[in-house]
Amino acid sequence: MSAGQVWALARKDLLTEGRSKETLNGLLFFAALVLLIFGFALGPDPARLEQAAPGILWVGFILTGVLGLTRAFQVERENECLEGLLLYPGDRGALYLGKLLGNVVLMLLLELTVFPCFAFFYNMPLWGALPGLLLTALLGTVGFAAVGTLFAAMTMHLRAREVMFPLLLLPFVVPVLLAAVKGTEAFLRGAGRAEAFPWLTLLGLFDLVFVTVSLFAFEWVVEE
Amino acid sequence: MTSGGSRLVIPLGVATGAALLTGLYTGLVGAPADAVQGEVQRIMYLHVPTVLSAYLAFTVVFVGSVGYLLTRREGWDILAHASAEIGVLFTALTIAAGAIWGKPTWGAWWTWDARITTTTILLLIYLGYLMLRAAVEDRARGARYAAVVGILGFLDIPVIHKSVEWWRTLHQPSSLARGAIDPVFQLPLMVNLAAFALLYAFLLAQRVGVGRLEAEILRRRLEE
Repeated sequence: MSAGQVWALARKDLLTEGRSKETLNGLLFFAALVLLIFGFALGPDPARLEQAAPGILWVGFILTGVLGLTRAFQVERENECLEGLLLYPGDRGALYLGKLLGNVVLMLLLELTVFPCFAFFYNMPLWGALPGLLLTALLGTVGFAAVGTLFAAMTMHLRAREVMFPLLLLPFVVPVLLAAVKGTEAFLRGAGRAEAFPWLTLLGLFDLVFVTVSLFAFEWVVEE
Repeated sequence: MTSGGSRLVIPLGVATGAALLTGLYTGLVGAPADAVQGEVQRIMYLHVPTVLSAYLAFTVVFVGSVGYLLTRREGWDILAHASAEIGVLFTALTIAAGAIWGKPTWGAWWTWDARITTTTILLLIYLGYLMLRAAVEDRARGARYAAVVGILGFLDIPVIHKSVEWWRTLHQPSSLARGAIDPVFQLPLMVNLAAFALLYAFLLAQRVGVGRLEAEILRRRLEE
């Protein structure tokens, strides 16, 4: 497995997406909608919205992520592209890491665009908190995508994949959601690093464990 | 002619029945009512044994999953599947018993407490495991996918537990582990723990027997 193989795969996904912008545009619109819908559901009380804001942001990321990951493997299913990829010499691990990298970059791009919308709708002062928020987003996204990429590959051939995929994935990523929301909340309040640190550590640990395990497990998932 | 059940089933059944009856007697009649909580505290004799048996069951799922992926022998998969079903049953029983106890004691069926939420997420993960099995048509592929989920789910348990624990805690820490339990309550609890461990073993032996018969039927059908 080489970094070159991983990058080649991620580049393929990003290039396809960059040329068609099929997924990204749709997902962006969806994420903005989630932010709006929650605003309507909770009512216009600014204090309540401010309290709920970190949670809403991450529910938005996670729902959009579920859609995005489903798409990422739908592309491979059409014309049996995954089978083609599997025929190439080279490590299956590289295939997993490449897909993961592509998904993470795509989700991060999306999140970078959602942050201004979030600041706008929920009246959040983002500038000061931005480095912390981005770090939390990065760690949370890697953890979510690590399990998500594996499960998406697993459910892509099922008839009931649209249902099975979130059903399997969401309970697994509860720790990611909790830690990311708490971390985001700490940075937004300006509570500083000390309060966010344990949550970021937890996210880092989750990332480490699940990227490693999924890397091995991917082999078993795609074998024929 | 292949017999589904093992020779163990009948003696196990008898022992389980006797242990459950003894457990019921010591718990409901033998032990005194709790000084503060009153009669409702007796639910502990069901609640604690079911949750510990469920953890045992999910550990067996993990072992069976690893065993299957390493050896590819169907027996491991049948064991993991059987154990997952019983684990789900026991987890659901735990949550139900806890809610019945929680209503008079805490004043609510449900609270967002660390252990309750962890147990519920466990239930959802292993329900997902069972649904995934049902959704995959190819048997070997389903076994492989399920094994991956069985391994990842088990590894997720400590992370979920830690994250939810930091998130919030209302549940008392384990009285058993702290040694903070009076001998008059401890004896019936131990009897019930043994009884439910036996019940688990009995159900597992039965379910593995059924699993073997299912595999046999499938094999014969394919031969025709």
